[in-house]
Amino acid sequence: MSEDRLYVVTDERISPARDRAGRLLFWGSLALLLGVAAFQTLGAFGLVAEAENWRPTLYAYVFWGTCYGVSLVLRRGERGRRQLFLLPATLFIVAMVFFPLAFGLSIAFSDWNLSSLDGRKFNGFDNLRRMWTDSFYWNALGNMLLYVVAILVEYTIAFGLALLLNSQIRARKFFRVAFLMPLMLSPVAVSWMIGKSMLEGRFGPVARLLRWLGVENPRFFGDPETALVLIMVMDAWTFIPLMMIMLLAGLQAIPKDIQEAARVDGATAWQSFWRVVFPLMLPVSLTAIIIRIIFKLKIADIIINVTSGGPGGATDSVTSFIFREYRDRSNVGYGTMLAMVYLVLIVIGLTIFTKLVSRWMRPRY
Amino acid sequence: MTEQQQQIFHDSAADRAYRMKWYANRVVVYGILLFWTFICLFPIYWTVTTSFKLAPDVMQGNMIPFVDYQPQWRGWHSLGLSPEALAQSSTVREEFMKRFFNSTIAALASSTLALVLGSLAAYGLSRFEYRFGFMKNDDISFFYLSQLILPPVVLALPFLVLYRETDLLDSRIGLILLYALTVLPIVIWIMRDQFSSIPIELEEAALVDGLSIWGAFLTIIVPIALPGMVAAFILSLVLTWNEYFFAALLTSTDAVTLPVMVASQTGSQGINWWSMAALSTAAILPLVIIGIVLERYIIKGMSAGAVK
Repeated sequence: MSEDRLYVVTDERISPARDRAGRLLFWGSLALLLGVAAFQTLGAFGLVAEAENWRPTLYAYVFWGTCYGVSLVLRRGERGRRQLFLLPATLFIVAMVFFPLAFGLSIAFSDWNLSSLDGRKFNGFDNLRRMWTDSFYWNALGNMLLYVVAILVEYTIAFGLALLLNSQIRARKFFRVAFLMPLMLSPVAVSWMIGKSMLEGRFGPVARLLRWLGVENPRFFGDPETALVLIMVMDAWTFIPLMMIMLLAGLQAIPKDIQEAARVDGATAWQSFWRVVFPLMLPVSLTAIIIRIIFKLKIADIIINVTSGGPGGATDSVTSFIFREYRDRSNVGYGTMLAMVYLVLIVIGLTIFTKLVSRWMRPRY
Repeated sequence: MTEQQQQIFHDSAADRAYRMKWYANRVVVYGILLFWTFICLFPIYWTVTTSFKLAPDVMQGNMIPFVDYQPQWRGWHSLGLSPEALAQSSTVREEFMKRFFNSTIAALASSTLALVLGSLAAYGLSRFEYRFGFMKNDDISFFYLSQLILPPVVLALPFLVLYRETDLLDSRIGLILLYALTVLPIVIWIMRDQFSSIPIELEEAALVDGLSIWGAFLTIIVPIALPGMVAAFILSLVLTWNEYFFAALLTSTDAVTLPVMVASQTGSQGINWWSMAALSTAAILPLVIIGIVLERYIIKGMSAGAVK
């Protein structure tokens, strides 16, 4: 505890009675939580009267969390008061992530159609076997790879815009606000604004422009490659500002004298960018790219609303595929298995990526 | 002799070339800037103007209001939001207002919840050393931030079942809890950065003056960190207001949010663009205004943590 950045000295002594009260509160409320949960589990199997829903367990959890906090202060005094800062967020994440994930794992190995009355059937590794032969899922995973690779183009554009915004220009604030705008818009609205109306084949302004340029019969979402590129463009349009702002912050943090020194030494603009600015920007670029990858891996809204994965799965992302899988067949078990596999792949992929990058980023000068 | 004097008072050829290059450079820079501004703003312009069009305007591709065509309130009328429709009661407007209200409540409440939980955790992590089993501060930070990686689809189906069991399906509370979870890592990310830039001496002085840690946190640190909190809050607001995936899966009638309403209308409208455009405009307008007015905070929020 001596490494704390903020030293706190108190003369608090915890009396045995206070310690006992804290213990009692903690274990008592935990017993209550477990008791309610056990009772409800029994109820679910029809052994005792079944409650209407699982809310009592939920409330018991909240109650236990509160008692846990109080008991921390009672038993540990100052140290407990510090731990109180982390407690709410931790309990929240445990309840909202760990518990559902564990529960999800148990659903993933079952055949569970929510709309049928049969309820849940444990089916072992059937879902995995089915996934292995599901070409649509593998196709969606392949598309995700393409979507992620497209980030390189977004990064280049975002970097260019950040450089422009960082240079000597007038009306900088206006341009900044204008460039930020796409990020404010909901992807669903964007998918109508751009995907469904501007890119409409007969009356949309883009189709008109193309026809005026001499393209006959412009088709946007009929042809697999064009559709994929257009989805990428729409997604890039909304998210380029995010990378741009992060890169701009990085550029503004570079001390001016470094670039001046480079100029005094006779570097051309090109050289000073590649030899000075770009290397200094590598850490920021990396953060921006990783955050962008994380957001990209969640891409779904635009796909669901513009192409619903079509034509022939060419634009499908994993999320939109599972979304349709659930909506069309209400099969929770299979969908969860697909999502779990996706999560494992993401974790492995991101770990390898960060490891590779940190090796490559190691100073070479 | 005279030649030399002329050279003193006039730009030399090299200078003129430099001048030319400078102007060319400016033209290119502003050209690109204006081009990108056009790309960013045209879809918004298109949507807003289309909401005032009629069928012939759409088919003829009229672009500029008052020049190409006379703006009409048709699109807004179909939402019950045109001047004359506002006077009467309209079921469409009630429906729209309900969705709008749902979105507002969900976004505000979840952002507040995430801000409270996230600020507390971020403050603790920036001030004290914790040990939780094998986990130290860095591991705990990573534990919080790693939630960002989790794709919504992994949680969506388990939550569908869990919410059904706890009767939270199609309720605002359910959405609020999930939305708070999705923005919590971002809030912690921003606030950790914020708190560690506040000097510890401030709290030390407050502690000497007899405040407890929590007293010092609430009365001294929170007011100082307020701009950062606003930044985190606005960013959360943007993300939660626009959220579609969870809302589409977990709501059906009562708690449906605006994005779900927009999405459900896109398929059915055909070439009836004016009402879709009005709906889209109404859906994006609050955030466009926030973006213009509070741009400083949004940029602050997104730059936090990018630069160490």
